[in-house]
Amino acid sequence: MTSSPITIFRARRILTMNPARPEATHVAVRDGRILGAGPLEELAGWGTYTLDDSFADKVLMPGFVEGHSHAAEGTFWRYTYLGRFDRMDPEGKIWPGAASIEDVVTRLQEAERKLGSPTEALAGWGLDPIYYGDRRVERADFDRVSTMRPIGVMHASGHIFNVNTRALELAGLLRPGVNHPGIPLGADGLPTGELKGPDAMTIVGAHVGFDREALANDEDGLRRFARLCVRQGVTTATDLANLLPDDAVSMMARVTGEAGFPVRIVSFRRFQALTPEQVVDIAVKLRAKSTDRLRLGAIKLFVDGSIQGFSARLRWPGYYNGAPNGLWYTPPEAISGLYKLALQKGVLVHSHTNGDQATEMALDCLEGALLDQPARDHRFTLQHCQLADAAQFRRMARLGFCANLFPNHHFYWGDQHYATTVGPERAMRMNACATALASGVPLAIHSDAPVTPLGPLFTAWGAVNRLTASGRVLGKSECISVADALRTITLGAAWTLKLDGEVGSIECGKRADFAVLEDDPLEIAPENLKDVRIWGTVQGGRLFPANGA
Amino acid sequence: MSGPPPRPVGRLPVTVIGGYLGAGKTTLVNRLLRAADGRRLAVLVNDFGATPIDRDLIVSSAGDTLEISGGCVCCSYGSDLMEALMALPDQRTDIERVVLETSGVALPGMVASAVTLLLPYRIDGIVVMADVETVRTQANDAYLGDTILRQLSSADLVVANRCDLVDEASLQETLAWLGAESPAARIVPAIRADIAPELLLGLRDDGKPRLSNTLTTPGAPDAASLYQSLELDLPADIDVMELARRLTAPDIGVLRAKGILLQPDGRLVALHVVGQRFEIDAAPAAATPGKLVVIGLRTRLDRRAVEQALQPRLSTSLRSA
Repeated sequence: MTSSPITIFRARRILTMNPARPEATHVAVRDGRILGAGPLEELAGWGTYTLDDSFADKVLMPGFVEGHSHAAEGTFWRYTYLGRFDRMDPEGKIWPGAASIEDVVTRLQEAERKLGSPTEALAGWGLDPIYYGDRRVERADFDRVSTMRPIGVMHASGHIFNVNTRALELAGLLRPGVNHPGIPLGADGLPTGELKGPDAMTIVGAHVGFDREALANDEDGLRRFARLCVRQGVTTATDLANLLPDDAVSMMARVTGEAGFPVRIVSFRRFQALTPEQVVDIAVKLRAKSTDRLRLGAIKLFVDGSIQGFSARLRWPGYYNGAPNGLWYTPPEAISGLYKLALQKGVLVHSHTNGDQATEMALDCLEGALLDQPARDHRFTLQHCQLADAAQFRRMARLGFCANLFPNHHFYWGDQHYATTVGPERAMRMNACATALASGVPLAIHSDAPVTPLGPLFTAWGAVNRLTASGRVLGKSECISVADALRTITLGAAWTLKLDGEVGSIECGKRADFAVLEDDPLEIAPENLKDVRIWGTVQGGRLFPANGA
Repeated sequence: MSGPPPRPVGRLPVTVIGGYLGAGKTTLVNRLLRAADGRRLAVLVNDFGATPIDRDLIVSSAGDTLEISGGCVCCSYGSDLMEALMALPDQRTDIERVVLETSGVALPGMVASAVTLLLPYRIDGIVVMADVETVRTQANDAYLGDTILRQLSSADLVVANRCDLVDEASLQETLAWLGAESPAARIVPAIRADIAPELLLGLRDDGKPRLSNTLTTPGAPDAASLYQSLELDLPADIDVMELARRLTAPDIGVLRAKGILLQPDGRLVALHVVGQRFEIDAAPAAATPGKLVVIGLRTRLDRRAVEQALQPRLSTSLRSA
């Protein structure tokens, strides 16, 4: 019997995340899995091998695991990027941030000139007018781009659209008497072109090219998302809230199954408009359809909304600016019912909780469910969980909840949280990574791409430095070490997905998934962690250079 | 202006039904489907799992849509209410009215406000169901209290349900409490969500309301009908806005009213009143102007006040007096 060929990669340094052997110079791979990491002479014992020097001057880490992202990031790159900060697209081109509303308009004008038909819609994304002072973006700004074609631009938060006059006309909203809290009116009594919240956004979405159907089942988008993963060293990425209709599942299974597809996608079924019995039944059936590169069968639940959208549920004393408390997205009876049934069937549930009252509700519901249905190793995870305090982290530890926190928020919206949403003290404890680790809560950190850019090393930088866009350090006591941050973006996230036995470290038996780095994240200054250059990835033993053919 | 064309005769009235889990929304929805009596309703529910439709009503089912006997249709909107509402007028050109059941934690006032963004629709009324046995406890819940209170405060009608499960003293206390929490709403007591369907499904153009005479005052042993209806002649020169304002005054006791009026410019309009809310919309060409039909609780409807509301220029003469 002949066994498969063995490749031994030589590297400048291999950071394994295996405490028994934290560093190595060589890693041996067979059949897409790791035979071992160590010195060449030890690995040679596995038999005849080919020595591969491609990474002789590079640093290998376990492939990064993004525990909270959405494949929609790949879809959004079909629209014009208009964000405030530089952002790399799937082809590696860096789109510079737009410094002013004028910049935004100029970019739309450039994109407009490339369109054919004079009435074709023009769409953009990533707009963040909070950086442009008090002036709001209005339809007149985008009317300078075109009055013939509908134009719609989604804000970075994903919760607001700005549109031009033509888009309002097509949506039937260019009329007096519109009375809706999400639609501000101008001096002329007509909508200004700003549309807040999902209801107002849905009405114009289809007219400006953001129709939900296109977003839900986008084959090209999934491929683009995978290319972004390679550029960021990610070998396993979540697609955290998908309705997973049959046709989307078939498409995802086919695309991820292609020989050149570089990422393991973990797609969660969104719990919405179903009973707990129905969604658990769906999850169990989906689980049976899992492949190596498409993992199905887990459930995502929304408990509340977002902090910057003032739809998160906060405990007393509520929002710093006095805004009314946010919204519950799922009744407690449904959360409890789902938790209990999922525990019984061994189905993994991740729960979106932004505000601390939502976190408290999830804790209460899990505590009750565990009394009815004891479970030893459920890995239920609170996603975002941004405002949790120390006592809540202690409860999480006791109940077995993992936390996947959102340090990117400090950079992108930390100044707004400080000044407006939750105020200084709570802004400083947001995404309390150090408290989570000290409390024994299994920790992951995430980008929520496309809300913020996919990039685990940037997210790790956020957890290490806690810097806001204006340069404020937001809660120094919650900064974590580089070593801890690197562990959370590998084994930490893998744990929350129940994949820590397969990925997350470089050791015998695991998948040959590596992030291939040009710089050593343990040698570079912690404040420059985000600047570590990434060559690409190895996934299942296959090489994926970021700038390769 | 482009956009979806309005229906030939007025916009589609939408009744929004809100209230927490267990307050009786599902029972009410099934009652309305049973009472449709030829009206072609589209009933939109968040999900059929939480809102089971009575099996004997279902003619057929396909995906998210149930065909209901009598020409009604029932759809679950799940992840996107707005998309369902945008598609409905084209999918079902025969629909006359929409009943929209919101999820237990939704704020019906916010849902109604979103519906008004869509040209084919008008909000007919916001009905919030309250379980008189539990609503005050729920309103004190640390998690849910503010949601329950915001639901109640947005109501045009509050159905105080399950009146048979509490004693008279506690019922009166709870009704008074509901009145304070929903100052703009009219409170309708009920057992098993049994209210006059006309309150929500509207009064027909063809004349008298057909009120159920089996409804009895909750808690009272006598068989007196809970509701009273009036049919009155409208003076030709009455100002429709003024009439609307008078019929929606807090103490007049009107739960629903409908009047057909011929405007000075020759347009035929319908005035729809649900509690404090009114809407003036185009009336069908065949409708006969000059009639007003009113429904209220027998104990609350102020017949004299309604009659006075029809006096032309009453307020003007009072002001000048």
